[in-house]
Amino acid sequence: MAQRGSVEISPRGGGEKRADSCPACGAPMDAEELAANLRVCPACGHHFPLSAGERIELLADQGSWEEIATELRSDDPLGFYDLRPYHERVEEAEYETGLSEAMLVGTARMHNMDVVLAVMDFRFMGGSMGSVVGERFWRAAELAAEARYPMVAVCASGGARMQEGMLSLLQMAKTTCAVEMMASVPVPFVATLTHPTTGGVMASFATLADVIVAEPGALLCFSGPRVIEQTVKEKLPEGFGRAESNLEHGQIDMIVPRRELKDRLVQVLGMLE
Amino acid sequence: MPSGLFGKKKRALQEEEGRLRRRLAELSRLPTLPGVHLKDEVAKISQRLRELGRVRGRGEGASWEKVKLARHPERPYALDYIGLMFPGFIELRGDRCFADDPAIVGGLAAYQGRTLMVIGHQKGRDLASRTHRNFGMPRPEGYRKAQRLMRLAEKFGIPVLTLVDTPGAYPGVAAEERGQGGAIATTLACMARLDVPTVAVIIGEGGSGGALALALADRVLMLENSIYSVSSPEACASILWKDAAEAKLAAEALRLTSSDLEDLGVVDEVLPEPRGGAHRDHAAAARIVKEALEENLRQLELMKPDRRRRERCGKFRRMGVWRENGLTLF
Repeated sequence: MAQRGSVEISPRGGGEKRADSCPACGAPMDAEELAANLRVCPACGHHFPLSAGERIELLADQGSWEEIATELRSDDPLGFYDLRPYHERVEEAEYETGLSEAMLVGTARMHNMDVVLAVMDFRFMGGSMGSVVGERFWRAAELAAEARYPMVAVCASGGARMQEGMLSLLQMAKTTCAVEMMASVPVPFVATLTHPTTGGVMASFATLADVIVAEPGALLCFSGPRVIEQTVKEKLPEGFGRAESNLEHGQIDMIVPRRELKDRLVQVLGMLE
Repeated sequence: MPSGLFGKKKRALQEEEGRLRRRLAELSRLPTLPGVHLKDEVAKISQRLRELGRVRGRGEGASWEKVKLARHPERPYALDYIGLMFPGFIELRGDRCFADDPAIVGGLAAYQGRTLMVIGHQKGRDLASRTHRNFGMPRPEGYRKAQRLMRLAEKFGIPVLTLVDTPGAYPGVAAEERGQGGAIATTLACMARLDVPTVAVIIGEGGSGGALALALADRVLMLENSIYSVSSPEACASILWKDAAEAKLAAEALRLTSSDLEDLGVVDEVLPEPRGGAHRDHAAAARIVKEALEENLRQLELMKPDRRRRERCGKFRRMGVWRENGLTLF
């Protein structure tokens, strides 16, 4: 079903437990006030995660979002079973987030500009990229290339979805080919990296964008801090892997606060068309 | 090795699985018609396929044995294959930006009267060389060197052979600061674009994104006792089982062996190894790789560059399994 119309930003976002004080500065939080401020701490500017619905509300002109590829669902090609079966974990994620997968794709207008949007939601199994995320990204890219709409991807992912094994890893190759398809037209492709974007997504379409934008404070890396500390016992510098560090090391183009994000994306896309 | 009876039973199960998968593919191609409900049959087939998967997966740690073989310290490494297959190999070094990464080697090989670009992950065999090669874990400069060599190959119409053997890309602070994720991504993009024939061979450990970066190829071949996995079994176990000691279970669940991956359509061809494994006879293993390379290159060179590129991307586009309107699509 294409989801039309505006998506409500509920004060609680979507099922996630939310702290009553800001984890960054400790200032007391009022849920309503936080929602009104686009879930950015009014005291220190800490950016709380947004759900896919909230992100679409933030970026798409009201009533312009039309979701595609809505019927795609995960299967269980490996019959994967760890402490619990994979399909149970998927069902739980569907139930808790009200989403069909970790990425929603569709068309929207941003300040009247037609765009293709691909928006990830970290709450759905850590935003992990499995077959459905890959296929949705592919269809979004295909649509962008055919309609000559620019694409905006909003990333939030822990990496490949372990439970689909190698088929997940190969989504990195698949999404790379999708980016190449957009490049051959060319249509502009801008990625917005939000907290956290790591692993397979960071090593495929996220970093292949023509312009890479990040939200303040977002953790953006291939190997996460815990992996580095545990595997190679390296001491991490302050602010390791954060958007600010990525900017300093030349890995991203700009850091844009959430309040300015839509305007800035439209500006950049307008200059590339 | 399976006994006669076990072998026969395994073959029967494999045949049944093949039949079911073909039927499922047929069903998925049928147009949706009012009044025709395929959901039940699809559900039944999917269920049976899962059971079959579990029956075959329930080995006596069979996958874990493969993990050990793939990591065997005497297993031939990239430079061993290169030495045996291409006498007179000329190594080319450096990414021209920052450093030369010894965890990835590459260079020009004379091959049947013409030239081949060979690029591979490289592990070391003793303490000093292991450290020097960083245990085969590349840093961004390794991937950028690989890209430089691929572009060089393309410029002169030279086919590219990659040899994949790494536990994964190096997880370190400096590697992150130099853009490990971006380096892997741009290597994938480079391989997606190349207009020369490309063949990748998984020769040992195909560990995660660090391995895949060199394997977006026209043909992906895999030596029988190699593994190719979304994550190491140890990492998977510590994340999903909260206990790295469950790596054996993770190895079974991940379906990382060559026969698993052939079934899943992830690799194009599995290359048999000499009796007991490639470590028993490096020369024989190299001969097997060389023969497979010849045959695959011969086929690829008959195709126009455009078609090769299209088919390469088409192949990776089909990777994945999902349901749509009640049908399972492979």
